[in-house]
Amino acid sequence: MTKQIHLAAHFPGVNNTTVWSDPASGSQIDFASFRKLAETAERGTFDFFFLAEGLRLREVKGRIHDLDVVGRPESLTVLSALAAVTTHLGLAATVNSTFNEPYELAKRLATLDHVSGGRAAWNVVTSWDAFTGENFRRGGYLDKSDRYVRAQESLRIVRKLWDSWTGDDLVLDQASGSFAREGAGAFADAGPHFDIRGRFGLPPSPQGRPVIIQAGDSDEGREFAAAGADVIFSRHGTFAAGQTFYKDVKSRLAKYGRSDESLKIMPAVTVVVADTDAEAIEKAAYIREQQVSGPTALVLAELLWGRDLSAYDPDGPLPAEDPVVGSSVTQGRVGYNDPFPIVAEWRAQAEANGWSLRQTVINQQNRQTFVGSPTTVAEAVNRHVQENAADGFVLVPHLTPGGLDDFVDRVIPLLREYGVFRSEYSGTTLRDHLGLSR
Amino acid sequence: MIVGLEIDGAGADPAAWRGAEVDPRAILTGALAVRAAQRAEAAGVDLVTFADALEAPEDVPEQVSVRLDALGLAARVAPATERIGLLPAITVTHTEPFHVQASVATLDHISGGRAGWVADVSTSAAAAEVVGRRQPVPVAETWREARYVVDVSRRLWDSWEDDAIVRDAATGRYVDRERLHYVDFVSPTFSVKGPSIVPRPPQGHPVTAIRVNTPAALEAARDADLVLLPDSEDVAAQIQALRANQRQSAAGGRSVGGGQSAGGGRSVGGGQNVGSARSVGVTADAAGRAVSVTPDSASPDQGSRPGVRPPESDTADRVAGVSRSGPVVLVSVGVRPHVDGVDGLVAAVEEWVAAGVDGVHLRPGSLELDVPVIADELLPRLRELGLVGAAERGGSLRGRLGLGRPRNTFSGSAR
Ligand SMILES: Cc1cc2nc3c(=O)[nH]c(=O)nc-3n(C[C@H](O)[C@H](O)[C@H](O)COP(=O)(O)O)c2cc1C
Repeated sequence: MTKQIHLAAHFPGVNNTTVWSDPASGSQIDFASFRKLAETAERGTFDFFFLAEGLRLREVKGRIHDLDVVGRPESLTVLSALAAVTTHLGLAATVNSTFNEPYELAKRLATLDHVSGGRAAWNVVTSWDAFTGENFRRGGYLDKSDRYVRAQESLRIVRKLWDSWTGDDLVLDQASGSFAREGAGAFADAGPHFDIRGRFGLPPSPQGRPVIIQAGDSDEGREFAAAGADVIFSRHGTFAAGQTFYKDVKSRLAKYGRSDESLKIMPAVTVVVADTDAEAIEKAAYIREQQVSGPTALVLAELLWGRDLSAYDPDGPLPAEDPVVGSSVTQGRVGYNDPFPIVAEWRAQAEANGWSLRQTVINQQNRQTFVGSPTTVAEAVNRHVQENAADGFVLVPHLTPGGLDDFVDRVIPLLREYGVFRSEYSGTTLRDHLGLSR
Repeated sequence: MIVGLEIDGAGADPAAWRGAEVDPRAILTGALAVRAAQRAEAAGVDLVTFADALEAPEDVPEQVSVRLDALGLAARVAPATERIGLLPAITVTHTEPFHVQASVATLDHISGGRAGWVADVSTSAAAAEVVGRRQPVPVAETWREARYVVDVSRRLWDSWEDDAIVRDAATGRYVDRERLHYVDFVSPTFSVKGPSIVPRPPQGHPVTAIRVNTPAALEAARDADLVLLPDSEDVAAQIQALRANQRQSAAGGRSVGGGQSAGGGRSVGGGQNVGSARSVGVTADAAGRAVSVTPDSASPDQGSRPGVRPPESDTADRVAGVSRSGPVVLVSVGVRPHVDGVDGLVAAVEEWVAAGVDGVHLRPGSLELDVPVIADELLPRLRELGLVGAAERGGSLRGRLGLGRPRNTFSGSAR
């Protein structure tokens, strides 16, 4: 059978994907922007709406990074409000497992799941660093190697709390006066990170429990996802890299007794649609120029090189120095574990094409995944899914809130014609949309 | 006067959910809360509070033993309402202060400046055990810590100046980082670097309310914008105490131009063990209103305890253009007007107003049965008496409460 495509809408945030300086770019903060993008996604019968999270503002060389969008409202609160103005769209919150307690996570996520009628998802992220930790009571107490140990234990406990009510615990018998079975929700757990007990005060929502998403890329991250996630939000959006990642992760499922269908792989991608392929290619090049200004090119190069490169001209050649591994020139964003081969590749490409530093950054990063006419994009999206480079995509528009209008109005109808994407929601919960069991 | 309403399950009466008019499922979907808030808003009620505790409600037969997270419920109600203030109860003893302030700021953003929170503590073993991070803490200590949480929240809301987002295409800067500030806050039990991850909320400072249920809470209520006081024999005395505290501070200040630091500020210590006092002054402008005074940064004590900022300060310390002195004080009462009628309640309200309260916080026995009576009978009566204003009144919650928009502590500090 033809694989069905899964789609999510990402409200763009603090990466340089967002072209906030574009005249068509609206507020990154006002609820109206979130509402508009969510309504567009729901009109397009997307599976879910996705919000990222950062718990400390990014810094470059000890100063707050000011070139991209900075700051945003907190995910769970925004999504609870969106539950009021949408009816079917899944609502996915990125929430860190290091700087939160499982009981509080379980309660807040279950609340979102209830007020949305079973549409909540938790994207479990694991920043553990002392830099982020300076905003929290415990500081940066977690060793890098423990980030998934704590995440694993958090997820296990959160699930235990969600499962602490069984099928008929919620009685709701007004005549006899029995609201719930006595003892429902009781839990106790003790592990290396948590020793807790009590009662969980929310029964399961209509989808049983919120969907779990994972977004780490390391071996531990992939294993964590294979063991317990419903969706992976990956960064491998290109065809070849997507297939490799897909195969790698799906091959890990069997040892956890899981089927391939139980874990959906959804890379983050950007899309540029125009009337013709030629126009779209031109538009994409223009967007990339906007995304990578000279100063932004330097910051992105500093992230790779781990060095202060402010002495360099972004329109000049690449830095001659070697990269520094594990430097703290850039804080609050994921760095490179092994920058050497990437720097070598950048140098080779720059030399072969006569690119400046900025041109190299533009050409090596920030490449839109799907560019073309509606037909070109629809066919490419479908090919990625049918040939197992992905199960679907998380679309990251470069504009807020209108950035997905073209895709929804022009590409979605084609995917529906191909019979690979729904024309209307067949269920009401996010698990229904994703085809996951309860 | 101000009228507030409490939303908790199907109402304060443990049996309220059994009424034929209630769909108990609507407690969990939030539909019951949405309906109550919408009815209250249409009638001109100023604000709703959402009850919560960290631990689950008691597992008692015949009672509603479930409860949604108040913040999530308030957020669900926000787009379904337009004018009413929304104040979820949030406990701070076990929850990260950084998360608390970010959530409340977000509620303010999504509600267009209608947010507040009822800051509360957790003293029970049950609350300590669900998180497992620390032992139960004695009540006085929890409130001492809560005052630091209130203080750091306000500082984090200020950590973005109002105009920090510049979107300056010419220089490529989305924010002016000179208008973002590290708070570098250190208290005995936690520290926060800052800045917040959320831009400054529309109200500057969402309204901080404290429900007085212990002497320690009454002490902490001095830091609040809004106080929920239980009905008691000595309501008048308690209000006087809350106000006297404010007058005293006003008297201590030297009259200077609005917004300037006052050298003759009183020294505010309060609370045992909180450590060093800092010198603040609150002055009155020509019309007798309290005006903002910047905390005296040259206070000698601060040098000896770097980074420690005692939260002992009155709201007016940071509030410009406050049109009342002291926190807004509401008497909080359980009511069942669908059984008792509204005559007695009207008479009681008149007495409380005479005693000096700013309004009432009603905790209806049944949301489905009592809120309509409050809307259709009580509020019109109070309106006839000239006690409440027009139902259409909107604007920010601070505006409704007569609180000015607070000046930003950091404003201009680094420029
Ligand atoms: C596509 C993608 C999106 C991510 N989004 C976030 C995010 O919004 N917030 C966050 O704190 N971390 C985010 N992360 C970071 C990861 O969740 C994780 O903490 C980090 O990658 C370290 O784990 P790893 O070593 O397994 O990659 C993201 C990672 C990926 C791959």
